[in-house]
Amino acid sequence: MPESANRAIPGPCDETRVVLEARGVSKCYHLGEVEVHALRGVDLSICEGRMLSLMGPSGSGKSTLMHIIGLLDRPSEGSVIVESEEVSAMAPNELAAVRNRRIGFVFQSFNLLSRTTALANVELPLVYAGVSGTERSRRARAALERVGLGDRMGHLPNQLSGGQQQRVAIARALVTEPSIVLADEPTGNLDSVSGVDVMTILQDLNAHGITVVLVTHDDTVARHAERIVRLRDGRVVADDPVADRIWAADRRDEVVEEAGGVQA
Amino acid sequence: MNFVESIRIALRALNANKVRSALTMLGVIIGVAAVILLVAIGTGVQDEITGSIEGLGSNLIFVFAGNFEEGPGGGGPGGSSVRSFSIEDADLLQRRLGSEHAVVPVVQGPLTLRVGNRTMRTTVAAANENAGDVFSADYVGGRGYRRSEVSASARVVVIGATVRDRLFPNQDPVGQTMSINGQRFNVIGHVAAQGGSLTGDQDNQVFMPITAAQRLLGTTDVGLIAVKAATADDVEILQQRIRQVLTPRFGDEFSVFSQEQTLGIFQQILGTLTFMLAGIAGISLLVGGIGIMNIMLVSVSERTREIGIRKAVGARTYDIMSQFVIEAVTLSVAGGAVGIALGAIGAQILTEWVPTEVTVWAVALAFTFSAGVGIFFGVYPAYKASRLDPIEALRYE
Repeated sequence: MPESANRAIPGPCDETRVVLEARGVSKCYHLGEVEVHALRGVDLSICEGRMLSLMGPSGSGKSTLMHIIGLLDRPSEGSVIVESEEVSAMAPNELAAVRNRRIGFVFQSFNLLSRTTALANVELPLVYAGVSGTERSRRARAALERVGLGDRMGHLPNQLSGGQQQRVAIARALVTEPSIVLADEPTGNLDSVSGVDVMTILQDLNAHGITVVLVTHDDTVARHAERIVRLRDGRVVADDPVADRIWAADRRDEVVEEAGGVQA
Repeated sequence: MNFVESIRIALRALNANKVRSALTMLGVIIGVAAVILLVAIGTGVQDEITGSIEGLGSNLIFVFAGNFEEGPGGGGPGGSSVRSFSIEDADLLQRRLGSEHAVVPVVQGPLTLRVGNRTMRTTVAAANENAGDVFSADYVGGRGYRRSEVSASARVVVIGATVRDRLFPNQDPVGQTMSINGQRFNVIGHVAAQGGSLTGDQDNQVFMPITAAQRLLGTTDVGLIAVKAATADDVEILQQRIRQVLTPRFGDEFSVFSQEQTLGIFQQILGTLTFMLAGIAGISLLVGGIGIMNIMLVSVSERTREIGIRKAVGARTYDIMSQFVIEAVTLSVAGGAVGIALGAIGAQILTEWVPTEVTVWAVALAFTFSAGVGIFFGVYPAYKASRLDPIEALRYE
């Protein structure tokens, strides 16, 4: 597990360092006759190298927003800008290329390919990036070692614990060296010790310059970021810096003790 | 993503569902094997009949009663108005064409043979003393019938190899007598086995003077008249002369074919038959292809989440498309290869009963068709997979 983390208070984010921006993003679903407004004109800028939480109760639109800024979904209105590039009008294949190179995803339910080893799962984005076999394997091994799974590379997802699976998913997210990692309830399906480990890795990634966006409904999880954007009914209702930021690495012993001394 | 990578992904997916993959391939295997086998039979039979016509001897002309030369509606054969030839017609032709050309009237029909308590049904091929010019035969013992025996309707018979083996096992049949349709006949010769021929299985046949056969069958009709020209150059002129001789008597209700034309007709009929067999087998290949499409559609909806994951990490439309098309093509090509092997083995086994010949074109056709089936029936499911919205696919349970 990585130890060092840069805990300096980040300075203000100037315009040129905005890595991801949503401008007036609305999303409207048609469920039969009914129109559901998941998002109603959301503006959001995420500065390079920062860690941000999107918080809100279920139905607030936070997952929809993550899907839109992750280019998995398109806004009904408004635009998304990734590294000063307008992506709203891009063709599906161009979006796929942007996802592949610049964005890493971590999902609540891990979303690993079953019947596929941890190593092959981590190699997957590199396969689509056109990286050659040996280089791919080298980079995937490095990513797995970085999340502490150097000894589990040949294991299938169902041979790994939930925490280990999520670490494989994180390795997969960071293997293409993206500028942004989007994590949707990354600890939602995990026990508390595994959750702390996952948060430690995410904070460490952030300390190494990767922009991290956490989507959660859990206040404790959200406070691992330096800024919390709160959504309600498809609108941003608050955007505050975190005063008492939680450092996952510091909490591990405490959480292990609470969990009854069980080591993950 | 490169092609090799797509193939690896496809093979891994097929390997994960071995039983399903094998069953899906079975449809193509059966289709391809059926195409190979049926075409092999068609081609084999065609070759054998062609060989037997060519083996009849050269410079032959065949005259049939009935008009085969005009299309349907042109008063085809089988109508009650068609008059058959008689021996007199053959004699007339012989007189008018000259003695350097041999005219052979031929009668065929079913007979029952009996020797002691052994009975068998067979067919007779009866002709005149010039029969040897048309029907090649290797006499194992005895001789053929003579002119005097033809004019006297002598009850003499030459028997084929199968007849000899059944009725006179381990005996010399020459000089023995047999009962044919209740009449006593003397066996004067027997011929070597030579396999099938134009006039049916020559080994399961007896040969006798045409006059004797007509009496036995209770008819004065002649099935066909064969004319052997003295030289190859005479064939065309002879055909003209035959028409001139017969037109006053038969109008246009007769047909004259040279050996080449006869060969052409048979090849055409058998060629059509072969294509028909291939077509029928092709239908089963088509059904196999639909099986592939069915399984690929199931596979796509089953793996919706996988597709979503792949798209989330950067798979483009054609990455997904090629993955599924390659899966389908792999199934059909592997099935095609196994089918060709099974078809070839089956054809080899069948040579025991039917002549077969596995041709390159049938193999090429079956293989191309099976690969085509894979592409054709794989593209739709693959297209469906590639168009999935990433977020919809990821939400899919």
